Amino acid sequence: MIAPAPPLRHRHSDPFAGPRHRAQAEAARLPPLLAEAQKLAATVVVGTHGRRHAGAGEEFWQFRNALPGDSRRSIDWRRSARSDAPYIRQHEWQAAQSVLFWIDPARSMAFSGDKAREEKGSRATVLGLALMILLLRAGERIGLIDQDTPPKSGLSQIERILAALGKQRGQAPDYATPRTRILPRGSRAVFLSDFLAPELDLHNTLQRAADQGVSGALVQILDPVEESFPFDGRTQFHSIGGQLRFETFRARGLRNAYRQRLAARKSAVDEACRAAGWRYLVHHTDAPAQPALMWLYAALKGDPAP
Amino acid sequence: MTALGAIGFLSPSLLIALAALPLLWWLLRAVPPAAIKRRFPAVSLLLGLKDPESTPVKTPWWLLALRMTALAAIIIGFAEPVLNPEPASRSTHPLLILEDASWASASDWGARKARVRAALKRAGASARPVAILSLSAPRERRLESGANLPFQPARAWLDRLPAMAPNPWEPDYDTFRKWLESQPAQRFDTLWLSDRLARKGRLSLTRDLLARGRLSVVQGRGPIGALLPAERVGGKITVPVLRLPNILPKTVTLTAYGPDPAGIIRPLGRTSGRFAKGASRLNLALDLPLDLQNRITWFRLGNTRSAGAVLLSDDTLQRRKVALFSAQRAREEQELLSPLHYLEKALQPTAEVIKAPMRAALNANPDVIILADIAHLTGAEAGLLEKWVRAGGLLVRFAGPRLAANSLQQNQGDPLLPVRLRAGGRTIGGAMSWGAPRHLQAFRRDTPFHGLTVPADVNVSTQVLAQPDPELSQRTIAALQDGTPLVTEKTLGKGRVVLFHVTASAEWSTLPLSGLFVKMLERLSVSTGGSASRTNADLIGQNWQPRRLIDAFGAFTSGKDRPVVTGRILTAGRLGPELRPGLYVNGPRHVALNVLKAGRRLDPAQWPAGVTLLPMTQTREQPLEPLFLLAGLMALLVDILATLWIGGRLWGSRAGVMSALAVLAILPGQQARADDALALRATQNTVLAYVITGDARLDRESEAGLYGLSQILAQRTAVEPADPIGVNLEKDELAFFPLIYWPISARQKTPSEAAYRRLNTYLAKGGLILFDTRDANLAGTGQPPGANGRRLQELAARLDIPPLEPIPSDHVLTRSFYLLQDFPGRYAQSDVWVEAAPPNATQTKGVPFRNLNDGVSPVVIGGNDWAAAWALSRAGQPLYPVGRGGYAGERQREMAYRFGVNLVMYVLTGNYKSDQVHVPALLQRLGQ
Repeated sequence: MIAPAPPLRHRHSDPFAGPRHRAQAEAARLPPLLAEAQKLAATVVVGTHGRRHAGAGEEFWQFRNALPGDSRRSIDWRRSARSDAPYIRQHEWQAAQSVLFWIDPARSMAFSGDKAREEKGSRATVLGLALMILLLRAGERIGLIDQDTPPKSGLSQIERILAALGKQRGQAPDYATPRTRILPRGSRAVFLSDFLAPELDLHNTLQRAADQGVSGALVQILDPVEESFPFDGRTQFHSIGGQLRFETFRARGLRNAYRQRLAARKSAVDEACRAAGWRYLVHHTDAPAQPALMWLYAALKGDPAP
Repeated sequence: MTALGAIGFLSPSLLIALAALPLLWWLLRAVPPAAIKRRFPAVSLLLGLKDPESTPVKTPWWLLALRMTALAAIIIGFAEPVLNPEPASRSTHPLLILEDASWASASDWGARKARVRAALKRAGASARPVAILSLSAPRERRLESGANLPFQPARAWLDRLPAMAPNPWEPDYDTFRKWLESQPAQRFDTLWLSDRLARKGRLSLTRDLLARGRLSVVQGRGPIGALLPAERVGGKITVPVLRLPNILPKTVTLTAYGPDPAGIIRPLGRTSGRFAKGASRLNLALDLPLDLQNRITWFRLGNTRSAGAVLLSDDTLQRRKVALFSAQRAREEQELLSPLHYLEKALQPTAEVIKAPMRAALNANPDVIILADIAHLTGAEAGLLEKWVRAGGLLVRFAGPRLAANSLQQNQGDPLLPVRLRAGGRTIGGAMSWGAPRHLQAFRRDTPFHGLTVPADVNVSTQVLAQPDPELSQRTIAALQDGTPLVTEKTLGKGRVVLFHVTASAEWSTLPLSGLFVKMLERLSVSTGGSASRTNADLIGQNWQPRRLIDAFGAFTSGKDRPVVTGRILTAGRLGPELRPGLYVNGPRHVALNVLKAGRRLDPAQWPAGVTLLPMTQTREQPLEPLFLLAGLMALLVDILATLWIGGRLWGSRAGVMSALAVLAILPGQQARADDALALRATQNTVLAYVITGDARLDRESEAGLYGLSQILAQRTAVEPADPIGVNLEKDELAFFPLIYWPISARQKTPSEAAYRRLNTYLAKGGLILFDTRDANLAGTGQPPGANGRRLQELAARLDIPPLEPIPSDHVLTRSFYLLQDFPGRYAQSDVWVEAAPPNATQTKGVPFRNLNDGVSPVVIGGNDWAAAWALSRAGQPLYPVGRGGYAGERQREMAYRFGVNLVMYVLTGNYKSDQVHVPALLQRLGQ
């Protein structure tokens, strides 16, 4: 007696359809995600905010004692006159920053362990777009890492980014790793991925970024199923695109080994982040997106890595 | 057909497939459960892991066993197994259905018909021609010589089946066997519905039928009890009861019926007895006063519906009271000269002789009064006597010297004498006369004595002579050879006066010495002999009119429209279509022809080897195919779950679990919902309810009836019921319904113990059940209740029903809305019964009715088929005709509606109308 195999759980796209078709399908999915991201971004009250450290800007930031090497022009005489020591009036640093995003376009992100949950990719896109909107409102420049055009500010950049995202997804492999070509120095980067690629060398990537003075945040988006591994019986696992296959006779028996491997992967990512001075968050798709967004926003506002 | 005990297979060849099961075993063992395919991005983390546990690649043995069972069940299912296979049902020969159709078949005739119907349907299904023959009606046109067995399609017989009825006599095997021998050699199978009794000729007929083909015999299970003619032993009436050994219940009850003084047939006496174990005969003695004994018209054995269980009584059981008077006071030494001596001797064995003064004797209400040579009666005595005769008495007078000497009658007739007499009389052959004593003339045809032979040694020497008279010859019923009247008779009112022109002693003639005298008295119904004394000669020569005929079920039909039967046929006693059992009448004499003659024995029929005995019930072939297929499918379903469980997918898929749970929860859940729905429907509004009997037609009728009544109620009263609800006694809560209509169907199943408990609670808590036997046969006394009536008795036996009485004229039901006198439905005949009024119910002064029981009768029982009268279609048209139709029928329907309205009002308002007793008092108080 052979029970008919249940239909594979894939909600929106057929993984085996052609790239063009997939690109169109993915692109069609993006505008709703954008709306969702806008809704999500609206929940975050930004207000006027500076960079919270001294720099070239118009807003007063702080007075500080003048140190040798400070230009005399920068001494605030009115303040210095009230005391014996000369003070320097510092303005808040308001220079526009470049924030570069890598939203994992790989097909492994098009997975959800439950029909009621959104896919990892959707969550990553929503989070990324929401953050982009917030940053654009704050006047930052944003861009995609693998995009050829430089980061720009202005809401029209979103359109370009959407177009690029749709294009990326149309030709995505099963797994993807962030490529760090030459990044604008001192810019920030946000990586949104599941970091499940078979041979992931995140350490080198991040080190190279750190070398270029780029710091950032890294969100590992996982489905709860990928945490708990609730499978049993004879099972053939395969990646979304079907490139990787693995068959077991008793999936339950593999649960502990899998969890250990996942924990190892997480700690490897964490380690790489620490080494490069990046921030790292594990986000599950069954959790609300807003805290992750807040965390990301806060992580970007923080000081650059020491 | 292959049979394994009670289970047979219609397509046994398919069972070969069972041999393939081991192969399947091997195949299934070799193939492990298939892997489920899952998309899983984190598969990258799994690469290189080793399976820590080795899952069985082979299917576990119990799963294999389950699958084998499922497949075996399906294979067996397709081989069409049947329970209780009928060996002949696959035969292609024509089928002959023989029915004994005798009196002994009547008690379970319904079951027999059902059996025949089942056989017909089966034969129809396999397109076998069928012939049905009743062995008790061998002289039917079908069996005339030259006719063939009337094989026809089964469908043709199905239409005729309802009209077939048993006959109240024995089947005739020999006629049929002879006829069958004349038939061309044709093979056919026979299904013989036997009545279980051994009879002459059965065995040889069985052999002949076996020679033609297969013979299956169905023996009934109904009780066979029979009554043999009663006899008078001592002062009691003894009725022998026969049964097949150990078939009739041990204890039997015999009831004697007869008219009460008002002429209404009632049970006059009852006796019961027990059969010894294995005994087949039991004598039941009925000890009754003579008055009652003489009134007995028939006996009936228990409730058995069979002509054999009914015994008509006739003159042979009568013991008449005869009052004798003579002018002489007989002295001891003159006994042989006493005019009454010969009469007494003739009457003593068969009649009760009363010798008392005239007034006392008349008070004893004798059947016959004999006056021997009494010429003068006092005026008062004559008046009384005439009144008695006019009321139906038989007065027999004998002549004598006094009568001869009395000259009064010469001119004016005495009403108590049939003819006027000449004074003096005449003497023939005496010393002073020339002629020789005269002999009797042969009796004329139109006289009651016709048929009696006149012995040569009877001669008359002296007699009184009648005055010549125009009516003389007409009144003469016996004469001498010279034509002078010897016995004259006239009717007076309802009675008769008979005069013997000779003395009752041997003085004037030798007639009293001869046997003829006794027979003549018998013919006059003066005396009645016992059954032994009645000879055929007594009956021959007369024409006998059937009065009351017994049908095979033991019910009576009138014989008035049937032709008379000659005494010769009557004495031959061969019961059949021409001579049906019953009561035959000639003038005052009654002869009963009962189904069983004295000396009959009941023995169980023996069947030779080769005969297939089939039981009456449980013979229906039960196809087991769906059962096996269902079991196979269920096993496969279990297999699916088990496979899922093994594969770890049982709990992984939430939908699967949900559906499995839904399957498990579906039944009780639905039940609970159904209960709630019923409660909601029943309590939103007043609702009339009927009991679902399981007979779909009847249930529809009840539904339509209560719908019609609901419409009428809504039109005319403040009660506006919702659509009626059928209640299932086994499942539904009854408490919601004020009134439950329960039509009785003989086919209804007896409710379970729990249902009875609910019903009793319902009745105790104020519910009302309207029982309707629908056959208008409830009030019949004497007649056994119909099938529905008996079913009602069985059904109601375990209900707490109080004592009942027919609705008294002052019952609240007669005035709770309309004023009613009777309660017709589709029929208007029968009484309607309600709880009896308490014995201390008293009539309040100034009020036309008693203050009856406080509360509502828990049951109303009748047989008028009310639902049919009430029934309306949804379009508001009556569905069934009522009464004789026309205006009278519509009026009866209106009355039926009024009864329904009254009943519902009675149920809903209780004795409210009864409380109007107090209206005058209340008005008076208000006035103050």
